[in-house]
Amino acid sequence: MTWFTIIIAGIITYFMRMTMVALVDRDLLGERVKAVLAYVPSAVFPAIIFPGIFINDYGTFIEMNDPKIFGAIVAILVGYFSRNVIATIISGLFSYWIIIFLL
Amino acid sequence: MLSKKQIFSKGILAVAPHMFSVIPFGIVCGAIGIELGFSPVLVYAMSIIIFGGASQIVFLQLLSGGASALIAVTSVGVINSRHLLYGAVLSEYLEKLSFIKKLLISYLVVDQGFAESNKFFQKNRNETHLHYHLLGSGGTLWVCWQISTLAGIILGSFVPEELGLKFAVPLTFIAVVVQDIKKLDHVIVMITCGLSSLLFFDAPFKSYIIISPIIALIVAALVLRLKK
Repeated sequence: MTWFTIIIAGIITYFMRMTMVALVDRDLLGERVKAVLAYVPSAVFPAIIFPGIFINDYGTFIEMNDPKIFGAIVAILVGYFSRNVIATIISGLFSYWIIIFLL
Repeated sequence: MLSKKQIFSKGILAVAPHMFSVIPFGIVCGAIGIELGFSPVLVYAMSIIIFGGASQIVFLQLLSGGASALIAVTSVGVINSRHLLYGAVLSEYLEKLSFIKKLLISYLVVDQGFAESNKFFQKNRNETHLHYHLLGSGGTLWVCWQISTLAGIILGSFVPEELGLKFAVPLTFIAVVVQDIKKLDHVIVMITCGLSSLLFFDAPFKSYIIISPIIALIVAALVLRLKK
């Protein structure tokens, strides 16, 4: 039964990935829709970023002095000026570790 | 014009930094499945059949908590529905591929691969072998996901929890969008999405992950209309 459920979940996930690429003709999307699609990364990734920072493992809001907020601010600054993905991630992680381990 | 090999390597390099979050997450994902009492083969098979980190964990947690199969499947569907948006964006660049190639490459599309390959596509519209970037990024993520979930299944959760590597997940996505904070319209869309995700965090089936992008895209449409 669990196997069957996994396979159904897999098929559904695959269809989500494949439908717009392989089944839907791009010309069906109007110009306005295509213009809005340029915002997809900005419209989707904050839904991963914000809860990852502001909500803890127990599903409640963190305190405003949580080290994750500091780490995120450092990452944003370093990322913005360095334009480097690794530098962004490492600076955020290190500043977070400095606070939780050293201070 | 770049060769297929060059574009493929660029795809691999582009997602390499994301391994900070993907590998620990994969290990945890494999380890949780075993801790919840599922068979190793079943937990691993999910990495091939579903291939979607967050949805795999939620799926196992729901089933082990006694939720019905229908609820577990619905949750996976809701969590992964954002791939419809990724597909709609990518279709512009994958249009010329044959139907079979489109079917095959779609399997490899995950958040980080979409994020990095989409950036590359925007800057290199005129390249002929664009899809090799997605093969490089998606293929790398696939291989690392398989190895890391397998490691978690066999070795348990050996990444020290004190390191708080979960925090690498939001950091990697900050790295993806941070250059767009120069543009006011994008900032408005990002803040709308972020605040909506906090507001709807407790909505059923983890649906905040698709509700907030929809709200943000509606705002994007309004912003576009105002700009004209």
